[in-house]
Amino acid sequence: MAITLLTPQESAAAGNKATRAAYGQTLVELLGEGLDVYAVDADLSGSTTTAKLGAADPKRLVNVGIAEQNMIDVAAGLSLAGKVVFTGSFAVFGTGRAYDQIRNTVCYANLNVKVAPTHAGVSVGPDGGSHQMLEDISLMRGLPNMRVLVPADYQAARSAIRLAATTPGPFYIRLGRAGVPAVYAQGSQLELGGSAILREGADVTIAACGLEVAQALKAADALQQEGIEAEVIDMYSIKPLDGATLLESVRKTGRIVTAEEHSIYGGLGSAVAEFLAQNHPCPQRFVGVKDSFGTSGGIDELLAKFELDAAAIVAAVKALCR
Amino acid sequence: MNRIELEEQARRIRCDIVEMLACAGSGHPGGSLSAADIMTALYFGGVLKHDPADPKDPARDRFILSKGHAAPVLYATLANAGYFDRSELSTLRKLGSRLQGHPDCLKLPGVEVSTGSLGQGLSIAAGLALGLQDDPAAPTVFTLLGDGELQEGQVWEAAMFAAHRKLSNLVAIVDNNQLQIDGCIDDVCSPNSIADKFLAFGWKVIEVDGHDMDALLLALNSAKACDDAPVCVLAHTVKGKGVSFMEGQAGWHGKAPNKEQLAVALADLGKKEA
Repeated sequence: MAITLLTPQESAAAGNKATRAAYGQTLVELLGEGLDVYAVDADLSGSTTTAKLGAADPKRLVNVGIAEQNMIDVAAGLSLAGKVVFTGSFAVFGTGRAYDQIRNTVCYANLNVKVAPTHAGVSVGPDGGSHQMLEDISLMRGLPNMRVLVPADYQAARSAIRLAATTPGPFYIRLGRAGVPAVYAQGSQLELGGSAILREGADVTIAACGLEVAQALKAADALQQEGIEAEVIDMYSIKPLDGATLLESVRKTGRIVTAEEHSIYGGLGSAVAEFLAQNHPCPQRFVGVKDSFGTSGGIDELLAKFELDAAAIVAAVKALCR
Repeated sequence: MNRIELEEQARRIRCDIVEMLACAGSGHPGGSLSAADIMTALYFGGVLKHDPADPKDPARDRFILSKGHAAPVLYATLANAGYFDRSELSTLRKLGSRLQGHPDCLKLPGVEVSTGSLGQGLSIAAGLALGLQDDPAAPTVFTLLGDGELQEGQVWEAAMFAAHRKLSNLVAIVDNNQLQIDGCIDDVCSPNSIADKFLAFGWKVIEVDGHDMDALLLALNSAKACDDAPVCVLAHTVKGKGVSFMEGQAGWHGKAPNKEQLAVALADLGKKEA
């Protein structure tokens, strides 16, 4: 099976759940299924939830302390011993601080290491700009051999972690701190290079990833009230990108808005623009953080401030349809 | 091999190093020549359990060249050991070659992991040693670091981790040739005392003359036998060892000899057929 969408009623009943909550839990399940899986974390195993793997089998969680560069290369070494290895920490440290280790060891040697830090984006909230990673997709997407997945909800995160665990080679999985609405039913499965059309429409394509998927669905509801039918696609596989689905959609709608909790430089919007520019040039608007760091605040406040909420997507669509 | 044979093997490796670098026209002779005796002791002295006919043998000991720019000494060692034909050494650094400027494990058998960005090998070796701890074959993981490389902070993250985890199947060899690109390590940013630092981090330390074959064998075998802590073999070496005009010269860190210089180098190394 591929994916099953929840109805709005089912989604409301499921409540909000963070993608990071799927991390340790899914690793424990994989261990139970016989996978030789390890997590290497850097003093954040409680926050990332890799501590759950440690609770299931202490030797499976390798805590290197506050040393992210060592974290990535210890994971690399474990993978050379045949282990399937996931790394932790927060996205800002787990990618940026260890970028050279991810580039020159994990990707250059094409090792079986899954970089899956949590707390990406402004939805980290009160910790502020130093902790709100907005360039990670850009950093990871540029690396040869790296695959990039951005799950939209808890179920998608479970599936992304399983997909990475069972596919050899480097992966980046972007996980978040904040609870996000449920989009997918239990058992839904992501595909590498896939995407999910969550809602069909002929007037505009909205391609979103991560928590922006829920915002895009909200925006589509609002747009419908104004007579604009939006097609909403969850582009959870940023690399490889599902170009075929994108093409089919924009051939119908003729315009696209991308939405991501990430800088507009180098993320989903850029990936979509790179593809469409060469295959089907069409007008595009970018919903994302515009060349700025984050700041402290509540999650909803921050989504509004950085024009990442449903209202911002609605405005972008209207600007495009004008 | 006995000591005489090992010294002869090291001499042949040094000849291969300067010849391949001259042919390539670029590369790193100084830190390759300083490590030639260490590599010979490991691969030909019976320290490293390895089989060139079966580079992926699960029971093998592992060697990681953390100072990846010393690729020529690794390539010359692997070729002399029989991992690939010595004639391939002349392809070093050329388009299409398996002998990349820095070691690429996806291209060349015998290279455990790609290196080149300094400071990473000890972490990789520590993770590998941890992953092999329960292996019935009990492999030992060796890694070779430069002394300048110790300026990378990650080395000390790894040193702390390896001691904390009591990774007694891990041996870090430091090629203490005293020089880095910009000059003497003590002038650029001194990592000394290297022995005191590793001891303070909880390692065992064995200091050795890195050009004394008997002493090297004793040190490396003792390090391998240690069963309660990771061991640092601090090998005191001479950069450019064996080539008169390269010895002790930082300028020969990353520069290939020309044709005339190669002739002098080979004469220094006693290669008659040059």
